[in-house]
Amino acid sequence: MYAFDLIRPRTLAEAVAALAEDGAQPVSGGQTLIPTLKARLAQPERLVSLWNIPELRGICEDDAGRLCIGAATTHAAVAAGVADRFPALAQLAGGIGDPAVRSRGTLGGSVANNDPAACYPAAVLATGATVVTDRRQIAADDWFQGMFATALEEREIVTEVRFPVPARAAYVKFVQPASRFAMVGVFVAQFADGVRVAVTGAAEDGVFRWTDAEDRLSDRFDATVLEGMAPPADGMIGDIHATPAYRAHLVGVMTRRAVAAA
Amino acid sequence: MQVSMTVNGQTVAAEIEGRTLLVELLREGLRLTGTHVGCDTSQCGACTVHVDGLPVKACTMLAAEAEGCSVTTIEGMANADGTLSPLQQAFNDHHGLQCGFCTPGMVMSGAALLAVNPKPTETEVRHWLEGNLCRCTGYHNIVKAIMAASGQQVGETV
Ligand SMILES: Cc1cc2nc3c(=O)[nH]c(=O)nc-3n(C[C@H](O)[C@H](O)[C@H](O)COP(=O)(O)OP(=O)(O)OC[C@H]3O[C@@H](n4cnc5c(N)ncnc54)[C@H](O)[C@@H]3O)c2cc1C
Ligand code: FES
Ligand code: FES
Repeated sequence: MYAFDLIRPRTLAEAVAALAEDGAQPVSGGQTLIPTLKARLAQPERLVSLWNIPELRGICEDDAGRLCIGAATTHAAVAAGVADRFPALAQLAGGIGDPAVRSRGTLGGSVANNDPAACYPAAVLATGATVVTDRRQIAADDWFQGMFATALEEREIVTEVRFPVPARAAYVKFVQPASRFAMVGVFVAQFADGVRVAVTGAAEDGVFRWTDAEDRLSDRFDATVLEGMAPPADGMIGDIHATPAYRAHLVGVMTRRAVAAA
Repeated sequence: MQVSMTVNGQTVAAEIEGRTLLVELLREGLRLTGTHVGCDTSQCGACTVHVDGLPVKACTMLAAEAEGCSVTTIEGMANADGTLSPLQQAFNDHHGLQCGFCTPGMVMSGAALLAVNPKPTETEVRHWLEGNLCRCTGYHNIVKAIMAASGQQVGETV
């Protein structure tokens, strides 16, 4: 890794100030960023650690009943902390990578990074969650803007994600066996006013909503209404692990499984 | 920059760079070479240590982030009198290693599991080890060893 300075603020205000310096970038759990730095794909002059900022950690509920999870809350902490209130989210967090990755990796890092095969983006989009930063609140539908692209601005820090809790929900992931990321992951969420279906791992533009499935499931929340359905293979990722057509097929299968599991 | 932490029960202080990895501090700074580096890309788990009781890949954590933490490595796993701990002994008894390269990570990962789940099922053990790769054993004897250390046999539970 190239040399960099590591700044370890204790408050959000200190972190915001440290990020105002030239060449600064936040690091949260480092599970994505440290490998990136080793590969010399990024070369920040200073890293601002979000790890020891109590304001960015923890889980609570707001007046609207939404689960508010601090950006620096680890996957392991989410898996343990929301198991009773939002089991589908707990299961998603508990299925990310492996135990060591879950000890360090964080919600904020995952949402800021928007890896096209990451799990959290599916939950954020399917629940219509709100991403909160040090300066604004952004609806999930506006947050994700393509592979590794989000509405995040320079020096902006994700501080929290607010998840509306669905009446029924499930996340089903077809694991890419080497990386353990999602080859296809589908999060299905049923609310009083309709069903949302978000798909990760499959598309070149990253996480997306499968609106055809949403329409049918909003009429009747039953896997049989999706029998034989799959989204178009156009725009799906093709690589050595799966062709676009296979990924599209998997989206149909995983969505039906998620509905059955919800 | 200066850091201090507890490693295997002893307080250590060291002068490091921002980019120093925890595994570099352990192996090169403290000469605790039991923690191995297999891939250096957070895939293999050979570098697994405990930080405040939780398993982490020491190749994917900055040493400075362990400031004030309690770190345990494979060197800290033996009993106080130097004999093998029950989990280490189980690896020995059940041939849970061949070349031994993955073993420190396997033991640290297995110990982290038993700390939160003292009687795991075989399936739980296999899932827990997803981040620890072994090129030799085919995993079966590793799973047997961890099950044995929990007082169970493979095949008793699934
Ligand atoms: C072996 C392995 C397996 C994995 N498997 C999965 C998987 O199955 N599913 C999955 O979803 N993920 C998986 N991951 C990724 C893992 O979940 C990462 O932890 C996560 O994507 C990034 O979180 P982090 O806290 O480590 O972020 P970091 O690596 O610290 O940061 C990632 C990026 O986000 C930026 N950033 C971090 N926090 C913030 C913030 N609060 N505000 C603004 N920007 C920020 C950083 O500057 C950096 O660019 C895996 C990782 C590994 C190593
Ligand atoms: S050396 Fe750390 S995971 Fe392989
Ligand atoms: S014993 Fe050789 S890698 Fe596991």
